[in-house]
Amino acid sequence: MDDTQVEAGDNNRDIEVAPALISVHPNQNSVAVAVGSDLRIFDLRGGCGVSLVDDSAQPFHKDSIRAIRYSANGKLLVSAADDKLVKIWSTDSWRCVSSVCSEKRVSAVAISEDGLYVCFSDKFGVVWVVDLHELEGNESLVSRKAAPLLAHYCSIITSLEFSPDGQFIVSADRDFKIRVTVFPKKPLDGAHEIQSFCLGHTEFVSCLAFICTMDYPQGFLVSGSGDSTVRLWDITSGFLLDTCEVGAKAGLLESNRSDEGCSTVSDLCIILDGNLIAVAIQSLQGIMLLHCDLSSRTLNVIKVVSIMGESFIPTSLGSSSHAELLWMVTGVSKLSGSDCNSLARVRVLSGFKKSNPDSVGHELTVMRDDELPGAEKLLEKLQGSVSIEENVFLAAAEAVKTAMCNLLIKKQYSMEKREFRKRSRNDRKIKQ
Amino acid sequence: MLENESNPTISKSTGLPRKRFYRARAHSNPLSDSHFPVPISPCHVDYSFHYPQLVSSDQVDSNKKIQFADVGCGFGGLLISLSTLFPETLMIGMELRDKVTEYVKERISALRATNPGQYQNISVVRTNSMKYLPNYFGKGQLSKMFFLFPDPHFKEKNHRRRVISPHLLDEYAYVLEIGGIIYTITDVEELGEWMNSCLASHPLFEALTVVELGADPVIKLLSTATEEGQKVARNGGQTFQAVYRRIVPSQ
Repeated sequence: MDDTQVEAGDNNRDIEVAPALISVHPNQNSVAVAVGSDLRIFDLRGGCGVSLVDDSAQPFHKDSIRAIRYSANGKLLVSAADDKLVKIWSTDSWRCVSSVCSEKRVSAVAISEDGLYVCFSDKFGVVWVVDLHELEGNESLVSRKAAPLLAHYCSIITSLEFSPDGQFIVSADRDFKIRVTVFPKKPLDGAHEIQSFCLGHTEFVSCLAFICTMDYPQGFLVSGSGDSTVRLWDITSGFLLDTCEVGAKAGLLESNRSDEGCSTVSDLCIILDGNLIAVAIQSLQGIMLLHCDLSSRTLNVIKVVSIMGESFIPTSLGSSSHAELLWMVTGVSKLSGSDCNSLARVRVLSGFKKSNPDSVGHELTVMRDDELPGAEKLLEKLQGSVSIEENVFLAAAEAVKTAMCNLLIKKQYSMEKREFRKRSRNDRKIKQ
Repeated sequence: MLENESNPTISKSTGLPRKRFYRARAHSNPLSDSHFPVPISPCHVDYSFHYPQLVSSDQVDSNKKIQFADVGCGFGGLLISLSTLFPETLMIGMELRDKVTEYVKERISALRATNPGQYQNISVVRTNSMKYLPNYFGKGQLSKMFFLFPDPHFKEKNHRRRVISPHLLDEYAYVLEIGGIIYTITDVEELGEWMNSCLASHPLFEALTVVELGADPVIKLLSTATEEGQKVARNGGQTFQAVYRRIVPSQ
């Protein structure tokens, strides 16, 4: 048996990388990018970079940031990282108003619609809730304790989302499950009433988003997964309404691609409060645009928007609620074998118009760097540098793909490898 | 392996499988990623495979659903007692240990062969119920759940491996119908207290009264029907039970 191969598999943990993340303020006042332990914010109104203030710590995060998110009212930004800290920032003063310690590494965050509760999930499958009452007006730094809200049994939670009416909290995990739980009136006592389970994915669920329109204010859930599909759900019953095989569709439209099994959906973003869904797929250079018809409850592919000129495979997508822009970022922390140790590249897609959703796709353009709001200043802040070498992109895309697979896909071992691993277990207690 | 007629794993006198050929460890780690097939959702559970005489494959959509679940069924003693007590109810045992599941499978098919028409309503599945319960049962589908003599996991570090725990009770409340009953019993006093306190402090469960306990024919099976229970009785040990009903939370 090849022992060295077994060892190599275990050493992958050392080069664990985190994908770059992006989040856009609901009124497009600012945009936040996280790469590694770096949190970079650009004020779009003022046209300048933002310096964060945190009296408790420097640097703000000591390890890779895994989740960033603005609250629906835009007053808060939450960042969570592998250093087991969840930081809550005020978007007025850009001060850290609260820093919460987690027992385990944090995998996802969500903020209730009223902005009064922050929820975060850890790698052991527990969702915690932090009460933000009393935060109003009181801008001093407070260390808060989180209370357990609910738990998926020992499964990494990949995404957390509140329903648009604030009635439910939805959590997705690597065991193919989406759980819809009633968000209680007293969340600190735990959320015990499960509304439904949305079951149908055959691989880890990677991302969640709600589609919500004037006609359907309760919203419908969309999920993306490692099984290369995007699915539409009714959360009250847990019914699967439609499945869109985006992996197959992407392969079909891009005929030069041959390798399969690498079309994991990595992020979803709802555009213009409406029926358009931008989908980021691993190994797709660009994004796929889906239309969701809520009256017939179906998902349809509109087109693939390719990004020419560089190998840009987005790792995260963001959009404000009303603007006509889709923000995309690609990048990783700790890129091995490269002189720059982290990479972030920001691109923006413009031309989404509310008036005629049917003709969407014709006017879409990828903005040139000098057309971006803030232009060079924005890129310098968010990317760290204005220009990026081409060869770094593919290495970054590969690193993200490997990291995601290592984290979320169950490892399959042959019988003899399994025996070997049992013999060389490293979880035995070491006497001190 | 020898031919069927002289298969040593089957007892010649009773036709039942012999336990000594199905030795297994007493404990199994519920946290490890085991590899066994799991139905995608409750409607993917193959009823005609589990209950071939009661559910034929062409009427999969029939509204006959599994109503009792014995979680950690072990060697299946409770299932077999319940089978004749509730002949119209479909029930399933869930067990994580592969060999033990094989034993129960053999035991059921042997009982079906020697008692035609009987034991058609019980079956067993190898799964980790702590992870995959919602893949087998829909909301409010079950009327009874059994947790008999579960692994005590004494160390505080391992308490999250206990099958009765505050967060898992949320999932049990989801699969149980309103009025459905959860039965737990153990011979470990510490675990008995733990299970009782978890259930007592959960807003979706209430304890059965002494009168209700007396009227329930299932209660006495808890300590007598299972192999673990008989062992405790043989050694003159004490048992601790907690029986609770699923309720609508008071708002």
